[in-house]
Amino acid sequence: MSELFRRYGTGMALAMLSGVAIWVLAMVVLPYFVMVEYSFHPNLTVVEMGGPKDHYTLENYASLFRGIDLVNLEFPDDFRVFLRTLWGATLVTFICLVVCYPVAYYLAKVATPERASFLLLILVIPFWINEILRTFSWYIMLAYSGPLNIILKALGIIDAPVRWLSGSGGVLIGMTYAFLLFMMFPLYNALETLDRNQVEAARDLGAPTWRIHWRVVIPHAKPGIAVGCIMVFVLAASSYVVPALLGSPGTRWFTETIYSWFFEAQNWPRGSAYAFILLGLCVAFILTMMRVFKVGLTDIAK
Amino acid sequence: MSQDVELDNVTMRFGDFTAVRNINLTVRAGEFFSFLGPSGCGKTTILRILSGFTEPTEGHVRIGGVDMAGKGPNERPTALIFQNLALFPLMSVWENIAFGLEVRGVPRDKRRKRAMELLELIAMPDAADKRISELSGGMKQRVAIARALAVEPKVMLLDEPLSALDLKLRQHMRSELRAIQRRTGVTFIYITHDQGEALTMSDRVAVMSRGRIEQVGPSSEIYDAPQTPFVATFVGENNRFSGRVADIAGGVARIETAAGLLSGRAGPALKAGDKATLFVRPERLRMGADEANRLSARIHHVDFEGSFANLFLNGAADGEIIVQAANDGALPSLAPGVELALGFAPESAVVLPTGGDAGTGAGSGEMQHAAAEVAA
Ligand SMILES: Nc1ncnc2c1ncn2[C@@H]1O[C@H](COP(=O)(O)OP(=O)(O)O)[C@@H](O)[C@H]1O
Ligand SMILES: [Mg+2]
Repeated sequence: MSELFRRYGTGMALAMLSGVAIWVLAMVVLPYFVMVEYSFHPNLTVVEMGGPKDHYTLENYASLFRGIDLVNLEFPDDFRVFLRTLWGATLVTFICLVVCYPVAYYLAKVATPERASFLLLILVIPFWINEILRTFSWYIMLAYSGPLNIILKALGIIDAPVRWLSGSGGVLIGMTYAFLLFMMFPLYNALETLDRNQVEAARDLGAPTWRIHWRVVIPHAKPGIAVGCIMVFVLAASSYVVPALLGSPGTRWFTETIYSWFFEAQNWPRGSAYAFILLGLCVAFILTMMRVFKVGLTDIAK
Repeated sequence: MSQDVELDNVTMRFGDFTAVRNINLTVRAGEFFSFLGPSGCGKTTILRILSGFTEPTEGHVRIGGVDMAGKGPNERPTALIFQNLALFPLMSVWENIAFGLEVRGVPRDKRRKRAMELLELIAMPDAADKRISELSGGMKQRVAIARALAVEPKVMLLDEPLSALDLKLRQHMRSELRAIQRRTGVTFIYITHDQGEALTMSDRVAVMSRGRIEQVGPSSEIYDAPQTPFVATFVGENNRFSGRVADIAGGVARIETAAGLLSGRAGPALKAGDKATLFVRPERLRMGADEANRLSARIHHVDFEGSFANLFLNGAADGEIIVQAANDGALPSLAPGVELALGFAPESAVVLPTGGDAGTGAGSGEMQHAAAEVAA
């Protein structure tokens, strides 16, 4: 901040800062503010708003948690969806990390630069196609009589077709695919900056491959891992398209619950409150990641 | 069992480019051995072959008589010090030093104890918990050496480890490295393009050019008795007089040059009638005409260095003539334009066959052979 004042002078710096402040206020804070305001009111008709029935309440937030029975482990439907979303997003994040790490390591440190840029291009091209189309193509791929089952059957790997889309398999596969690159690029960027001599030095000192990764490569890639996990988790937790297309009735996602409160139940206050709970979940995840990986906001911004 | 390092006909090719060609030599246990050569001559390649990061295309590496073929860097009794040191920036100083022990499953308190001993050895007893980024260049250098020593290697391989340091520190680290080597008794194989480093620190030096070894021997031998024109010009300064050998008698060759008939010690495999070059060091050229070899030249430039001056003269040599004149009171009379009579004794000069490409080329096959013999 002081750097800003020093470099551009007081007048210019103030102008820049107020510009940013107005932008943030108008485009970011105000819309949220309206939603926040909604979320603390009961669901009323337009006529009733501001009338005697209108008051501030935490009911919309509390309703998600009402009816939780920790003794018998019974949860109300919405909360069950919330838990599934938390677990599913975590799983997707983990799968993305496990899938991307070796690929990113190969691209950043093993492949020649020409091959790496070629492979990165191949990875990126599918993402020029929009999300609905991409997700729908998975729907076709994974269908009961779709190509995947036909191929697996032809190869003799399975005897009967598998219902990929009936459980949460379809959602997990679809999300992993949809958000893979958001893990790949932060990881790749972090690993790219690792000095190859570090890896060789560790090997020369006798370290087996797993320890080289554990002690040298992963610590170096921590900021990239944190950023990738945060991106994928937030995207997965707030994804709507993938669960809507690839999900089955038993794999409802919390975003779908929010949607139905808004547009099916016409309960905007409840929908807003649930949306903020989802936001809170994401923020909590971000803070946890920052704590676990001991990275600051500035590391993440890099 | 002696831990000699043997290179047996080692060749390394990258595609059709031969980076290292038919290297035969034995580095003795406990020796400080240097590979000296210009950048790109294959030094790092040799070091990577010794450490196990690359397998040679042909030939064998044996350490203590054991063939290293197929053994990875983590299975060899070697430790490599990288050109950029490659310390682990996210570990503290002592964790860096103890990394090799950590890998070997040594418990933490033992590791720490050993790291402290090594910190003592490198005279940094208080640095254990510092971060790598807090260290100066020279300290990083020493930590890298301690980290390598911690795994008790039989052979330390050092890839131009001083090149990143400034001149003063570099000179200090030379004696420090040498001292550490003496104290530990570990074989050091050191590569550098800096002849000063190679000559001052090493027991023996191998001079390399274009993937070949030109000559192997103690520093003084490399400097005083070069066996190929490349060694004569790459190591130190040399005045060159090219011509054709007139005759050879009693180890002294006489060579017909533009400066007249000059004589010097005959190099290996020199025959009468060969194209050859006579090399004589600037400090061996004397002013005055009472030597067996005489010539005259005109000063065009003087570089005063304090205890001595370098005189640059035009005369009948290949390139300019350089004379190193001691600051003994006569310097003031040596100004540009002065014509000097110069002389040198035949023992001070060496005559080497040049087979056409005078002075700068790689050694001929015969000289390669001679160098290999010295090594064996
Ligand atoms: N992996 C490689 N692939 C192709 N050429 C290489 C490789 N490593 C080294 N070289 C070539 O081999 C030659 C010797 O390299 P190097 O051993 O690094 O030289 P030095 O360390 O003496 O400067 C250089 O011309 C270099 O370009
Ligand atoms: Mg090199």
